[in-house]
Amino acid sequence: MIMTAAEAQTHCMTLDGVEVQFVEGETIYDVARRYHKDIPTLCYDERLEPFGGCRMCVVQVEGMRSPVASCTMPAAPDMVVQTQTHEIDSHRKTLLELLISENREVDVDPLRGYASQELATLVDAYDARTGRFEGGQSGATRDDDDNPFILRDYDLCISCYRCVRVCAEHEGDYAISIMNRGFATQITTEFNGLLKDSSCTFCGQCVQTCPTGALGDKKAMRHTDTPGEIEKTRTICPYCGVGCAVDLMTKGETIVGLQPAMDGPANEGALCVKGQFAYDFIQHPDRLKAPMVRGDDGELHETDWDTALDRAADGLKRVLEQHGRHSVYGVASGRAPCEAAYSMQKFIRAGFGTNYIDNCSRA
Amino acid sequence: MSNPLADMDKPTVIFCIGTNMTEAHPVAATRLKKAIANGAKLIVADPRRIGLADISDLYLPIRVGSDAALLLGMAHVIQREGLVNDVFMADRTTEGETFLEHVKQFTPEWAEGITGVPAADIEQAALWYAQAERGAIYYTLGITEHICGVDNVQSLCNLALMTGNIGREGTGINPMRGQNNIQGAGDMGALPNNYPGFQPVTDPKNQEKFEKAWGIKVDLEKGITKVTALDSCGDAIRAMIIDGENTVVTDPNRDHCEKALKSLDLLVVIDIFLTDTAKMADVVFPAAAWGEVDGTQTNTERRVQRLRKAIDPPGEAKPDWQILQMLAQRMGFQGFEHESAKDIFNEVCSLSPTYYGLDWDRIEHGEYQWPVPEKNHPGTPRLHEDGFINGRGIFKLINYRDPAEVIDDDYPVWLTTGRRLQAYHTRTQTGRSAGIDYLLPEEVLEVHPDDAAKWGLVDGEWAELASRRGKVEIKVRTTNRSPKGTVFASFSFADVPINALTGSGYDPVTQTAELKVCAVRVKPCKKGVL
Repeated sequence: MIMTAAEAQTHCMTLDGVEVQFVEGETIYDVARRYHKDIPTLCYDERLEPFGGCRMCVVQVEGMRSPVASCTMPAAPDMVVQTQTHEIDSHRKTLLELLISENREVDVDPLRGYASQELATLVDAYDARTGRFEGGQSGATRDDDDNPFILRDYDLCISCYRCVRVCAEHEGDYAISIMNRGFATQITTEFNGLLKDSSCTFCGQCVQTCPTGALGDKKAMRHTDTPGEIEKTRTICPYCGVGCAVDLMTKGETIVGLQPAMDGPANEGALCVKGQFAYDFIQHPDRLKAPMVRGDDGELHETDWDTALDRAADGLKRVLEQHGRHSVYGVASGRAPCEAAYSMQKFIRAGFGTNYIDNCSRA
Repeated sequence: MSNPLADMDKPTVIFCIGTNMTEAHPVAATRLKKAIANGAKLIVADPRRIGLADISDLYLPIRVGSDAALLLGMAHVIQREGLVNDVFMADRTTEGETFLEHVKQFTPEWAEGITGVPAADIEQAALWYAQAERGAIYYTLGITEHICGVDNVQSLCNLALMTGNIGREGTGINPMRGQNNIQGAGDMGALPNNYPGFQPVTDPKNQEKFEKAWGIKVDLEKGITKVTALDSCGDAIRAMIIDGENTVVTDPNRDHCEKALKSLDLLVVIDIFLTDTAKMADVVFPAAAWGEVDGTQTNTERRVQRLRKAIDPPGEAKPDWQILQMLAQRMGFQGFEHESAKDIFNEVCSLSPTYYGLDWDRIEHGEYQWPVPEKNHPGTPRLHEDGFINGRGIFKLINYRDPAEVIDDDYPVWLTTGRRLQAYHTRTQTGRSAGIDYLLPEEVLEVHPDDAAKWGLVDGEWAELASRRGKVEIKVRTTNRSPKGTVFASFSFADVPINALTGSGYDPVTQTAELKVCAVRVKPCKKGVL
């Protein structure tokens, strides 16, 4: 069976001068996070296996000559670790200076994705906008990919491989891969083609984990210039029965995008193409905005609530009088909230005194 | 689901039957993929070589509608090989001996004759599932949308009961519910036989409880299902009120369904768009949509979660519950004075034993899975851990039955229907979301390349598909995902109303339509001939 924390062995180590406990299997980074140490990362996504690629999370371990990546180094008994020293800070700042020296831009709109602000935030925190380095530029943007969902702005890529790993480890789709090595590294798909010709399902997970905005949510980005602050409302996806938690993003009364809830109990940050990208139907011009009743001409016409309610109530009363209570039938929705279904069955049961009620689960 | 979604990466053997999970429940499928990455074996039974089949260890390409034969064959092998979990059967089940005797007649060779799956593969599937440390079953409408849907589900229960693959982590019988709140709709008592919380309407105790709660006289008899109601429209049924269902497109036999709704004295529809069904109504009420209302929703693992309002509804649209409440007040009905979704949810909790320990504030973070029978109860992520609700698991003696309609000289091809990743149901929502058309612009008929050659069909050109109930024109796509002799399409596109063809029969117990099987004929055509 799966080992529980209670069954795992507990040991001690020293973290920034304080003795702390850890359980076997934890990395230095895991332990440090539990003790609220502010260790920066770029290639880290807690849903994925540690990667140790960006080297931002390095710490000083007594007895080791060079700083080590805390996300991949297992904590060991009696280890003595410093998470923040002048040398470590300077190492992190230099890394950031190097990274941004080859990116077209650092400050991207937060609508690009859930993690899109990570690089810019660290650059500010480490005061790394020094312009100390300049030169080559790695990663080539794929302007030719005309898909409506995923921007592939690889000019901003820092080769952290989070997109590749989330696609493989979290989604199990293996649609994204890596071409070339070193400075020439390029994120790509099979045969270097378009996403739609790959095994990509457009779930958007690569977009949401990208820490620089190199992968962007094209649908949300249409609202970059829409005025207003982005507000997030935690709700649940309206499609299948899995019940993925999402944050619906609005500016004023406009839906501008949607991001997965990383702590959603059913989805743990995952979404599919419908949940991620098919949210804007609610602001489609086809929405019904007023009640409608069928006129003498046989057509439906918009009207006010009073007229429509009277028409429905009068019709129901007439049927009830002429044909009895077992002549009225209610169908509740499997798409609307529980309160709608409860109200429908109560309307039929408490109103007409029958059990002539069903929902749409039989077809 | 008997088990939580979080259990999906824990089985050692996974048996998926009648579930195209990577398309219909993609996020759940990501968890299964993790189990596979951890070394779990995947068995997939499906007429079509779906995405799950590509990542399976054993793929069983059953003929449409032959699920029960496959499952009987597997039960036979488990019995024959002595892989029955005797302790579990003795402690937790009943009728086991009769069942084990019953399955002796269903050899894998017999099952091969019906399903088309080699007997050796049926044996392998049975051995893996029975010998699994943790064996889990997942299914969807491929199991239930048959005239023998109940038999199919009970056959799966039999397998779990004879092997003890239930009531433990990483096991279970797990139906994946298709709509966001179809579980909730049933929980709320929107069923002809149950009050909220699955309390039978025929039980005098329940009748008394609801008479007292609502201050009315209740019906002592069960109601009728929607299927029966549609059959009685214009006759016994004279008025219908439908909330958020595009009945004429989703239900089988469109012609029959349209005639039924047209024959009503009054049709009232509550919806967010003027759907094909709303277009037939006498009164249409505009509902507030997802993102515009507060409320609750219950998922496939029985998790009760909060929906929250982010923006105002357009124009004069209102939440469904408010519309029903206003109409109830016009009718002079009592008990419709709620001020909020919270009020209604709390009333539900007071009346439903499964939600009794919950209230609006308690489900703020969605950590509870029902049943939550009392306050301070932690919820029940995993059912049947300490025992079955009704005492013992009962084995059912199932026999194989042919589908309502089988292929013949006039209609020699099997049609099966289902879902596609990028479309949801009748596309009232996904079809109105920008960009989806880029991925899925139109419906196609999936045909095996050899069949296409035999029938004179050409990939990208048109075919006429006809059943005993109707005809549609549809573009052809040749693919090895379809087995020879079986074609596939979804019902998502209004211009290819595939449910004009379906509707050959219904399960006698649940009255679920056999949407997964009908007999058709296919011939090439020029578009616009019909």
